[in-house]
Amino acid sequence: MKIDFTHHQSAHCENGVVSNLMKHNGFTVSEPMVFGIGSGLLFCYIPFLMVNHAPAITYRAMPGFIFNRFAKRVGVTFKREKFKSPEAAKKRLDENIKQKNPVGLQVGVYNLGYFPDEYRFHFNAHNLVVYGKEGDTYLISDPVMEEVTTLTEKELEKVRFAKGAFAPKGHMYYPVAFPKELQLEKAIVKGIKHTCRDMLAPVPIVGVKGIKTIAKLIRKWPKKKGTKVANHYLGQIVRMQEEIGTGGGGFRYIYAAFLQEAGKLLGNEKLVSLSSEMTQIGDLWRDFAVDASRIYRNRSTKVDVNVYDDIANQLEAIADKEEVFFKKLKKAI
Amino acid sequence: MKRSEVPQDKSNLGTANLRELCYAVDENGEYTTEHTSGWDPKTIALTNAIDDIKERVAAAKKRVLANETSPIEYYMELHKMDLSVLASYVGMWKWRVKRHFKPSVFKKLSAKTLQKYAEVFDVSVEQLQQIDS
Repeated sequence: MKIDFTHHQSAHCENGVVSNLMKHNGFTVSEPMVFGIGSGLLFCYIPFLMVNHAPAITYRAMPGFIFNRFAKRVGVTFKREKFKSPEAAKKRLDENIKQKNPVGLQVGVYNLGYFPDEYRFHFNAHNLVVYGKEGDTYLISDPVMEEVTTLTEKELEKVRFAKGAFAPKGHMYYPVAFPKELQLEKAIVKGIKHTCRDMLAPVPIVGVKGIKTIAKLIRKWPKKKGTKVANHYLGQIVRMQEEIGTGGGGFRYIYAAFLQEAGKLLGNEKLVSLSSEMTQIGDLWRDFAVDASRIYRNRSTKVDVNVYDDIANQLEAIADKEEVFFKKLKKAI
Repeated sequence: MKRSEVPQDKSNLGTANLRELCYAVDENGEYTTEHTSGWDPKTIALTNAIDDIKERVAAAKKRVLANETSPIEYYMELHKMDLSVLASYVGMWKWRVKRHFKPSVFKKLSAKTLQKYAEVFDVSVEQLQQIDS
């Protein structure tokens, strides 16, 4: 059983699955559009939580949020199911495939055999689409892969029932009801306003203020934790910013692509020019990554403490730019 | 970032014939996507993270052989887990798993508990109990 499903590669899995499922149902929605309407852009530092033995920092909204907000704002109804038992989860999946309904699944990355070994971490908020089954092998469209792939029943069960933070519990979803015509204009305005509110939030760990907090921490780490730990932390920041799924520059380029598309759709010239401003901010994030990598290139060698101050300054400059940017964006819409 | 500037550095992605997607602007300032084979700043960060895990695994092994901890900790590090991830995989409280790190406690574990750990780590119970130096 194989469903006629077109695989499009995307930068990020969550946007990609939504965009691919929408396209399958005859609605052309690009990946940046899903990301923008779902208010995917964010900066957040989560104190006390450690990921891979380093502070948790994210450049995007919580897993599932982009998806929920997008569905709500454009008026698409998704059915979502979670399961206690793997047998029930498999049964429901097989039923859907028999009815020629491709479904999205939330999975853990650690046991995804087609990923390079180095990328297999205990991260449970990855998304893919199952679009068929041949014998006991499922046909998989993983949006971050260039081509479609496959997983056996056993392999799929393992990733659907991965454990730890954000355990998927067999989470399966697919669209069931669509509006007659897709009205993106209002959804775009809502999405942008939400992002501006998040980025300008008066909370020290979120948005522009969150970036400044991290800059402060970067100054402290080498003195408090030693250069080895400081370098490990820095490496983690860059990984969160640039790892698979971000589209480069901590999602800033995807967001710029969204602003350009939205500007044209709404006939709003200001959004188009703000898009190129966002691109420049993305470039600054890339420069930050390059300079940070010069520090952590040698993992444990002694480095002059001043170099940490330098990149902290860079981050603060980015934060100031983004503050001005989002204030302008708020007015432009 | 301009389309022509999308980095094409060598990286671990190449081993799986994988290229990822980047967003960039073309000559006319229009947004488009471009494949990238990798970028050194993030490859270095990833390689460092992997080296860090390898060091943790080696250190855990040393401590198992010195009878300072049980093989469970070694296998936990080997599978890139931390205490909370392992605890949720075996379905036990964190403090219980931590207690099983004690060699004296580990020796007295029931066959059933050992089996649970062995399944999670995808090894036999014998392999779980014996670590080769």
